[in-house]
Amino acid sequence: MGKSLFEKVWEAHAVREMPNGQTQLLIGTHLIHEVTSPQAFGMLRDQDLSVLYPHRTFATVDHIVPTNELAEPYSDPLAQAMIEELRKNCADHGITFFDTNTGKQGIVHIVGPEQGITQPGTTIACGDSHTSTHGAFGAIAFGIGTSQVRDVLATQTMALNKLKVRRIQVDGQLAPGVYAKDVILHIIRLLGTKGGTGFAYEYAGEVFDRFSMEERMTVCNMSIEGGARVGYVNPDETTFTYLQGRPYAPKGAAWEAAVESWRSFASDPDCTYDDVVHIRAEDIGPTVTWGINPSQAVFIDETIPTVQEGKTESDRASIEEALTHMKFAGGEPIKGIPIDVAFIGSCTNGRLSDLKEVARYLEGRKVKSGIKAICVPGSQAVSRIAEELGIDQVFKDAGFEWRGAGCSMCLAMNPDKLVGDQLCASSSNRNFKGRQGSPTGRTLLMSPIMVAAAAITGQVADAREVFDLLVPTASA
Amino acid sequence: MALEPITHVTGRAVFVPGDDIDTDRIIPARFMKCVTFDGLGEYLFYDARHTPDGDPCPHPLNDERFAGASILVSGNNFGCGSSREHAPQAIYRAGFRAVIAESFAEIFFGNSTQLGMPCITAAGPDIRRLANALENRPDLEVTIDVEADLIRFGDDAIPGEIRPGAKHVLLSGHWDPIQDLLDGLPEVEATTARLAYMRES
Ligand code: SF4
Repeated sequence: MGKSLFEKVWEAHAVREMPNGQTQLLIGTHLIHEVTSPQAFGMLRDQDLSVLYPHRTFATVDHIVPTNELAEPYSDPLAQAMIEELRKNCADHGITFFDTNTGKQGIVHIVGPEQGITQPGTTIACGDSHTSTHGAFGAIAFGIGTSQVRDVLATQTMALNKLKVRRIQVDGQLAPGVYAKDVILHIIRLLGTKGGTGFAYEYAGEVFDRFSMEERMTVCNMSIEGGARVGYVNPDETTFTYLQGRPYAPKGAAWEAAVESWRSFASDPDCTYDDVVHIRAEDIGPTVTWGINPSQAVFIDETIPTVQEGKTESDRASIEEALTHMKFAGGEPIKGIPIDVAFIGSCTNGRLSDLKEVARYLEGRKVKSGIKAICVPGSQAVSRIAEELGIDQVFKDAGFEWRGAGCSMCLAMNPDKLVGDQLCASSSNRNFKGRQGSPTGRTLLMSPIMVAAAAITGQVADAREVFDLLVPTASA
Repeated sequence: MALEPITHVTGRAVFVPGDDIDTDRIIPARFMKCVTFDGLGEYLFYDARHTPDGDPCPHPLNDERFAGASILVSGNNFGCGSSREHAPQAIYRAGFRAVIAESFAEIFFGNSTQLGMPCITAAGPDIRRLANALENRPDLEVTIDVEADLIRFGDDAIPGEIRPGAKHVLLSGHWDPIQDLLDGLPEVEATTARLAYMRES
């Protein structure tokens, strides 16, 4: 009987069974950033441990970097202390650091793939829950806590329990104006924020076969929002083409050998899954969240639910809590709700293809007056190419602020924050209370094109109407 | 080398109601700008405990009657959201030594266990019974019996459940796996040698 990619990668990296019954799993690639690593290096020092394989750890700085202030020292002394601590830890232990002066800095989940560090058939860990992003390459990628960052630094392994595998198969053809972001928001809406607990999600089917690597990353990125710690897509020609020639990808004869080995990791056609979910692409529409977790979402032409629509007592309580925070009555159409801020960026949708796609439609349009609109490329490389292509100018002409690379308004660890109860149309991944910096701030998650439509009209809008997307266009 | 086994946690408890209490609510991201975990406890549930102007507002953790509680009780899917260990660390450093909830998010559960802070699930109605008992008698002593899967308070007790893996590591003193991982280093090298991408180029 065949095996799934998850099982194959797990077996190739299983070091031994530990006394407690867990598996000691080799983590081939370790990515670190400034927020969750300093405490781990502190633990190493306290416990007199060293970094076992410094050449398998790569660092970048993303959460705290101000995207509108490039020179150091930063005006926030804590941010300055964090970047310096990371610099020092990397230098002390011989770890590669994509610092702000390298042209390679950016959000860790954008930098890894971009540099060709993220590869099929590997295990990856990072002290960040959106590490699932790297699964787009057919890697098993775990978000981990700081103590586990210490474990990986010291032993290149972690203690883990094996996950079950759920295949989520999306077949058919996405309608124009429906993007990867809508696919994952729809999956989370269907399966819930806890649905993936204990599972690795294998995304498959015609839609994923056709998706670019960047689209696959957008979906894998939000696996954790559906409760799945790991999400992946089987590697194929799209994967190999993306990786070829990238700085850390194998070269020459090693390249051929690597591709052959990568191919062998893909799930066998006859493997069995712990669960299989089928979704029709035609059933997915442009999706917008209305609540305070990513499963609280509706299609753009639907209404926000009322408390009575909750099926169980706990559903009704969550709807009520969400409506109260969001200052929505329940029952009103999501379309037409006025917004204050529009944010395009993050490790979900801050890649070149996202910015390119938006720029195609933004040309000649203007952000509605009174709306704060910012576009934050996910990495220095994204911003450099975007600038070469003149994409930055399109955004600026439309009235967007064009920023330096970083996490920016995805979370409130840098100067980009919501103020008061501002409502933000956001291409990021989390709409939790307080996520964007103001305890009363409100977040609506949606695709970048929908954010652009909201920025232009000043309200939640159907991008298909605003940009005339109903005619099929070539996929980006 | 084993650590201290954790068989029981005893102390006063506080009920923080709500489902899907996420890591951003447990410790708002702006307080994560730190290079050590010391001092995080102060900011536990900060936004829920303060008005936008920073004044304390009604919250179980601001309620004098529950000051000094060392067991946190909550609803479904506790600790969902980010993988950041800042959340369990903030709870731990605020003096808590165990969490009881209807269910836990996976990473939070693992991070807490690794800190030696047991996470026990109990059924919704049982948690409400415990919460009522605490409301009536805030100084009630609560004991979590890890081995017996039981939560005792006053003359009452409710069944609790700890996943077998976590239960085993707590009871055997292996909740922090670092020593066991280090013991496996010879096998780590053997596994590494089999994987082309692990070679130093
Ligand atoms: S962009 Fe947002 S979700 Fe992604 S790593 Fe940064 S803060 Fe986390």
